[in-house]
Amino acid sequence: SVLEEFQIEEFKERCSQCAAVSWGLTDEGKYYCTSCHNVTERSQEVINTDLIPNTQIKALNRGLKKKNNSEKGWDWYVCEGFQNILCQQAEALKNLGIGPELKNDVLHNFWKRYLQKSKQAYCKNPVYTTGRKPTVLEDNLSHSDWASEPELLSDVSCPPFLESGAESQSDIHTRKPFPISKASQSETSVCSGSLDGVEYSQRKEKGIVKMTVPQTLAFCYLSLLWQREAITLSDLLRFVEEDHIPYINAFQHFPEQMKLYGRDRGIFGIESWPDYEDIYKKTIEVGTFLDLPRFPDITEDCYLHPNILCMKYLMEVNLPDEMHNLTCHVVKMTGMGEVDFLTFDPIAKMAKTVKYDVQAVAIIVVVLKLLFLLDDNLEWSLSNLAEKHNEKNKKDKPWFDFRKWYQIMKKAFDEKKQKWEEARAKYLWKSEKPLYYSFVDKPVAYKKREMVVNLQKQFSTLVDSTATAGKKSPSSFQFNWTEEDTDRTCFHGHSLQGVLKEKGQSLLTKNSLYWLSTQKFCRCYCTHVTTYEESNYSLSYQFILNLFSFLLRIKTSLLHEEVSLVEKKLFEKKYSVTKKKSRSKKARRH
Amino acid sequence: MSDFSEELKGPVTDDEVETSVLTGAGMHFPWLQTYVETVAIGGKRKKDFAQTTSACLSFVQEALLKHQWQQAAEYMYSYFQTLEDSDSYKRQAAPEIIWKLGSEILFYHPKSNVETFSTFADRMKNIGVMNYLKISLQHALYLLHHGMLKDAKRNLSEAETWRHGENTSSRGILINLIQAYKGLLQYYTWSKKKMELSKLDKDDYAYNAVAQDVFNHSWKTSANISALIKIPGVWDPFVKSYVEMLEFYGDRDGAQEILYQIVPSHKLMLEFHTLLRKSEKEEHHKLGLEVLFGVLDFAGCTKNITAWKYLAKYLKKTLMGNHLAWVQDEWNSRKNWWPNFHFSYFWAKSDWKEDTALACEKAFVAGLLLGKGCRYFRYILKQDHQILGKKIKRMKRSVKKYSIVNPRLSY
Repeated sequence: SVLEEFQIEEFKERCSQCAAVSWGLTDEGKYYCTSCHNVTERSQEVINTDLIPNTQIKALNRGLKKKNNSEKGWDWYVCEGFQNILCQQAEALKNLGIGPELKNDVLHNFWKRYLQKSKQAYCKNPVYTTGRKPTVLEDNLSHSDWASEPELLSDVSCPPFLESGAESQSDIHTRKPFPISKASQSETSVCSGSLDGVEYSQRKEKGIVKMTVPQTLAFCYLSLLWQREAITLSDLLRFVEEDHIPYINAFQHFPEQMKLYGRDRGIFGIESWPDYEDIYKKTIEVGTFLDLPRFPDITEDCYLHPNILCMKYLMEVNLPDEMHNLTCHVVKMTGMGEVDFLTFDPIAKMAKTVKYDVQAVAIIVVVLKLLFLLDDNLEWSLSNLAEKHNEKNKKDKPWFDFRKWYQIMKKAFDEKKQKWEEARAKYLWKSEKPLYYSFVDKPVAYKKREMVVNLQKQFSTLVDSTATAGKKSPSSFQFNWTEEDTDRTCFHGHSLQGVLKEKGQSLLTKNSLYWLSTQKFCRCYCTHVTTYEESNYSLSYQFILNLFSFLLRIKTSLLHEEVSLVEKKLFEKKYSVTKKKSRSKKARRH
Repeated sequence: MSDFSEELKGPVTDDEVETSVLTGAGMHFPWLQTYVETVAIGGKRKKDFAQTTSACLSFVQEALLKHQWQQAAEYMYSYFQTLEDSDSYKRQAAPEIIWKLGSEILFYHPKSNVETFSTFADRMKNIGVMNYLKISLQHALYLLHHGMLKDAKRNLSEAETWRHGENTSSRGILINLIQAYKGLLQYYTWSKKKMELSKLDKDDYAYNAVAQDVFNHSWKTSANISALIKIPGVWDPFVKSYVEMLEFYGDRDGAQEILYQIVPSHKLMLEFHTLLRKSEKEEHHKLGLEVLFGVLDFAGCTKNITAWKYLAKYLKKTLMGNHLAWVQDEWNSRKNWWPNFHFSYFWAKSDWKEDTALACEKAFVAGLLLGKGCRYFRYILKQDHQILGKKIKRMKRSVKKYSIVNPRLSY
């Protein structure tokens, strides 16, 4: 670096062995003679940084960073790792079409707030016992190029002899220096590539929400929700599953010099896809922990509003557009379209956010039950009527035939599910960058990886290359139906005339019965208010639940519960003491 | 009282039947297994990695069953990652599974050849130390199958001197097998050279060299095989070649000694048994029993109803004649492996389905040797005996009276 060259030039002594004046600097910062390689005990002197312009400090730092033993890499902290992952994810969301404000403003601010709240940086008394950490960490985090690159440890890491200078400028640290050097850590039996990996995994602070890889998705979702983007939680998680958003091996894209091993494995090495309920819970947790204010209102024109989401899902499962009238009606009757009901308010007494996607789908299920009862009987008789009518009236808009829809949808669903299972079975979890326990373990881990790669190469010659399809481009819709497709009927334009009847000014469903998904709700403080025992329900109902649960990648029990909650609102009176048989629904004609 | 465990079992599907065998004195609940597994991992949900690799394995197996080699190779590609499984138990079990499935695919896949197979075998041999011997042996057999004798022999020689890994009993058996096949290959080479020699004239200048070569080979072979046949087992093909060699060199005594020591497992021996039975001498009667047991040691004779009939009848006769010691002599070296070899629950069902008469004879023998509580005997007894009713009743009585497990008889 410039500084080194400057210093070396200034050093004009003659070598004690060969009398030459030709010096270089060893890794340890000691002068050595370049003609006879005699190493002196003279080392570089402390430089007064006021003399050197900023650009040269940067060069100096970068040069000194290179001096680190390339085996051990840079010094880095666990939360820097998480920051890197969040940056990667935000970038991926940008590539999906989300506006850049999400990354630069929303997510960045949430993250900074998190660091403040968890007292890791940006605050008066950060929790670390090392005097070095707050400055280093904060500088790393704040100067890290959040805006454009996930480069973390860029220009201003603290090299040893500048430390005193830098620290005297800040008034942040109050503790005495107690550096966690990498050398001392590697002496213990448990170690990590990060400076605080071991300590981090053992940390248990009351009231602090500890950061984990799944939690990065909670941050993403909170940001998406704040921006009211057209991505539901199930969409987000599905994009993760399809590898459009870094998650499983996100650590692979850490800078080369950020070495991961030991305890880092447990922190960053994920071997399961995110679970809807888990991320949902974490979203509320984080939102509450960050003391966030009420989120922007979810109004009728928002994508997440049930009126819009219902339309989306109706289209996706090839149901008639006319059903949308009924879903809107149910939304109105239950109050589930109200702004206050839909908007997330973490500070509210019982903070909860709506599972927008699950709820929309649950509403559709309720409407299907209203129209077709789904008792393994009525839906088929109604189908017979529709079929007869359609045969006689080929020129009219066809009546929606549940049986035909079921046959087509079941086939499509089975095919999709099969492909999904096959793709999952083939999923490659292990990355190019093997995670190892310790330095001793490193060559073994790399050897294994090499072995796997070789075996894969050998077998790839046995596989027909055309068979392996490329990565699918991300799409919000998993099923697509068009009128023009002659192979598969598109039911969007079909009429519900066959299942509705006019009575004066209003439309009634021909079906006058209803059965509740849950008779009695659980009152204890467990996670769920009802259970789902498949065999107690009709096959049609099971099919509908399986179909929609697959679409959202959730458990059928979760959907069943949401259906029950919708019904609870819709049939409030049913849950009172006197149990009457439900009456037919009246629907206003639109 | 007998099959109360059946009632206690949870819902058993068709493919679970195999696993719900009564192992020893315990009961087995297949449906309980999944719960036990979650206890082992602290009640936590199984990782998706474990779930997808398990599904991948099923897909490979399904593809193999359907002879869809390309599909199998596709899934195998993904299955290799189990070598890096973070679960150490699964990581250690992976190489063997991968070898078994991978070698199967490479054996049948149209795009595969000896070179691909050998590369694969060499790679898999050297992952860890536990699989080296087994894979070497199978690799050698594969090469034999493709007529590459020299390569096969080289493989076996390398494997023979393998010194790593634990000294388990299975390792011992594998080394024996390796030596046996090597010996066989040496015999084959010797045999070929012998033929060459026979074509040469004694005055031919090359004769001595070839003769010496032949002798060297025979020495190697005999060293291998003579050690081997001392180990219990059915070494018939090896013995035959060894004896032929000994005979050639005029070592008739040596050959005779072997032949007398070893009781061959061959159907002709049944005739021999009949002769022995009819003899007056008691030592012939004892040998007669030995011969019968020897025949049934041979895997090829397990379903030979004549052999079983003879043994059943002869055992009863022997026991009635107070020669418990003879029976115990024969049974001692067999009681560790005959129960699983002949009298397992699986065999009971299979034999009964295939040939009820055979099953009855076997059941009788099982009852006499293992007692009336043994699973084979109990299973046959439980079956519907419209035709053989009387015979079964007699059998039951005899077993009760003469079984060597019966305390009444131990004096």
